[in-house]
Amino acid sequence: MNAGPIPATAASTRALNRQLLRIVIVGHVDHGKSTLVGRLFNDTGSLPEGKLEAIRKMCERRGMPFEWAFLMDAMQAERDQGITIDTSQIWFKTEKRDYTIIDAPGHKEFLKNMITGAAQSDAAVLVIDATEGVQEQSRRHGYLLHLLGVRQIAVAVNKMDAVAYREDVFAEIETEYRAYLASIGVTPTFVIPVSAREGDNIALPSQNMDWYNGPTVVGSLDSFNLPMAHLDRPLRFPVQDVYKFDDRRIIAGRIESGRLHVGDELIFSPSNKTARVKSIETWPEPSDPDGKPETVSAGQCVGVTLDEQLFVERGDMASHTKNPPVETEVFRARIFWLGRSALEKGKSYKMKLATGEARVTVQEIEHVLDTTDLSSSTTQKVERNQVGEVVLRSRRLLALDEHTRNGRTGRFVLIDGYDIAGGGIISMEGYADQRSLVTQRAQNITRVEHGVPTDDRERQNGHKGGVLWFTGLSGAGKSTLATKLERELFDRGYQSYVLDGDNIRFGLNANLGFSPEDRAENIRRVGEVAALFSRAGMLAITAFISPYRSDRDRARVAAGEHFHEIYIKADLETCEQRDPKGLYRKARSGEIKEFTGISAPYEAPETAELVIDTSALSVDDAISELMAYVDKTFRK
Amino acid sequence: MNHLDELEAQSIYIFREAFNKIDNIAMLWSLGKDSNVMLWLARKAFFGHVPFPVMHIDTGKKFPEMYAFRERYSKEWNLNFLREECPPVEETDETLPPAARSAARKTLGLKAAVEKHKFNALFAGIRRDEEALRAKERVFSPRGETGQWDYRDQPPEFWDQYKTDFPPGVHIRVHPLLHWTEIDIWRYTQRETIPVIPLYFSNNGKRYRSLGDQDITFPVDSQATTVEEIIEELTVTRVSERSGRAMDHEAEDSFERLRAEGYM
Repeated sequence: MNAGPIPATAASTRALNRQLLRIVIVGHVDHGKSTLVGRLFNDTGSLPEGKLEAIRKMCERRGMPFEWAFLMDAMQAERDQGITIDTSQIWFKTEKRDYTIIDAPGHKEFLKNMITGAAQSDAAVLVIDATEGVQEQSRRHGYLLHLLGVRQIAVAVNKMDAVAYREDVFAEIETEYRAYLASIGVTPTFVIPVSAREGDNIALPSQNMDWYNGPTVVGSLDSFNLPMAHLDRPLRFPVQDVYKFDDRRIIAGRIESGRLHVGDELIFSPSNKTARVKSIETWPEPSDPDGKPETVSAGQCVGVTLDEQLFVERGDMASHTKNPPVETEVFRARIFWLGRSALEKGKSYKMKLATGEARVTVQEIEHVLDTTDLSSSTTQKVERNQVGEVVLRSRRLLALDEHTRNGRTGRFVLIDGYDIAGGGIISMEGYADQRSLVTQRAQNITRVEHGVPTDDRERQNGHKGGVLWFTGLSGAGKSTLATKLERELFDRGYQSYVLDGDNIRFGLNANLGFSPEDRAENIRRVGEVAALFSRAGMLAITAFISPYRSDRDRARVAAGEHFHEIYIKADLETCEQRDPKGLYRKARSGEIKEFTGISAPYEAPETAELVIDTSALSVDDAISELMAYVDKTFRK
Repeated sequence: MNHLDELEAQSIYIFREAFNKIDNIAMLWSLGKDSNVMLWLARKAFFGHVPFPVMHIDTGKKFPEMYAFRERYSKEWNLNFLREECPPVEETDETLPPAARSAARKTLGLKAAVEKHKFNALFAGIRRDEEALRAKERVFSPRGETGQWDYRDQPPEFWDQYKTDFPPGVHIRVHPLLHWTEIDIWRYTQRETIPVIPLYFSNNGKRYRSLGDQDITFPVDSQATTVEEIIEELTVTRVSERSGRAMDHEAEDSFERLRAEGYM
């Protein structure tokens, strides 16, 4: 007969007020995950009537010894192959509460199934075979649990019967595995010596290991906490769809965190439009018109109407105006890759974050981590089943959160072709939230026409106005060339002025520090000032490292066609040797944190109007090239 | 949020994802307790509307009570209702056991209906706890061009990011009830007062736990005459839900073969 519906009855017995915890069983292939599950079922009395007998008979019929794992691997294909193919979900109960078990396979090829299972779990049991010790998948699964956000982990050292229940064997594995987990920042809640086959320390304390005083597997599971909804976090309400089935225009979505009340002002990122919540819609409609809900909170799938007809669409992220999500075009991510072809620098993928989708390009692969030994390498590819630390860039502004601040809106998947090829968690380390940079605060403002048209200025000066935006590493020669060029231009009758980093920070930007947001604001102001100079008919030369592409692009938008990006190029080694201000030395010694090129990124221009390679050119030659460019471009 | 609230929210999320991401989608309505809950959840998701066709693949061998239910609620709930017939049993795979062959008619009828209406996707009310093989399903489950399911190579699915990108020609099954259990269905039916076909209630000491074709579905011993009593009964039973479905028990791999070919 069909091995059939193992789980139905265990599930049926769940009382409405009982707790449900979802657990995943992971570990290396053949370390006994399915056996453990079979035992858990039997020893907690969760098996349907006759199930055990049916499996025993089936084994007899097939002439094979009985295995507890057959309870789990109830499918013919699995028995034939001897591998659990996929995450099955089954239910069992203890006195305290009910459990859904997601049995995740240990076979390497099936990592995507392990991830599918683990990502929906509240806790995990990681099984290690006492006879084999810590293996490749033991480590990889431990790492992935951490990455996926599973924090409650019980490690079951299985097959203790096969090592004569020896304490020293257990202690050695425990020490080794705890050290591994500690190195990735994970503290397992319990490490338990068990024999799933014999039932030691599964539901009942073992008679064979009186040297162990900790809980059984069931005891450890019962001690785990239920998942908490993110009620205390700032509101995140990603728009899933907008419905116009009747005269209502309903914004539908799930509250990922926080609470939403009727009357709240919502801001929709990244369009940054605002409106107030007029009503929270439900079906069936309450018979009493005042019976509509006033508040909804994290976890609920809801629909709201707004007091204004905003253009809102799927992918917009609604929040309160206080504590909104980060807005950025670029972010860091730790990605586990499942794709058939490798993740590569320069490739672009479709990203799905909450309900939003965007095209992102891999700007940088900073590290590739081997999760089995945690060695990292700096290659240009993240292969299948590897973890990579990468920088991703989108063409448009994205609304997201750092993973440490909001797990649900700080994670995403990447689509390669038609397939989900990887998942990642977000960090903004070293990158600025661009929200304040793109927010227009003042309202009721109107542009005023100038008394002198641009043409008149150009005619009088004999040249056009413009921005010569120098970008490059510290020590590349930006300031040197800028000041020499300023003199040279002046001597030849050009109106020009240098905006230099340190000078500006003495005055206009004296209130800015060196946080990513302040650095971005620093560049924004310089970009705006340079644009004003250019409109005044002058040549503004800016000498700022300006390492971020987003910042330079914003300056380009401010000055429009007058903007000329000039990449003052020199390799890091050269700049470090020059070290005119002694900054590299301080950065290397750790005295200066987040120093561009050393401990913070420099995003080289991809479409600079001019590149001046100062490691190859003398100062005079560089000035000649610059002068030739200016004469060609600005002379009337 | 209690457990039923969480289940409901998850199902609504799935409905809204599928409706947004997939054009030309329809719902399979078998008239049973699960698909009635599924229909109710769709109305919740879309604020009283069901914005896609609701299709019954009719074997012609259902119980009269089921047909009566269908006539009444397809009108009352203002459904865009479609009825599609199944081909005769002679057209099914003759190597299958008899009851499975009977069930396989539905698969053929389903394929024909999908072809006829050019549906890209179907909502189906299967649950993981029903059957070991269904436990392996994904929420968004791609099928090959001929409707077959390859459970050995399924897409990863995590953080509620379902696979929603498919090459042309791939058909998708969407499973909004995958995470529900039998007793969840009844508790929700009770809470929401969702209409129930009377066959689920005890008559002369027998009731149906699962409804299929008349000739291959059998009642179980039961005294439960109300939803409350069914819930009470389920909390103590150790008999499986599909025990009354003949096709599940004919051969060890019947159900697997049916599903691989496109059965729900």
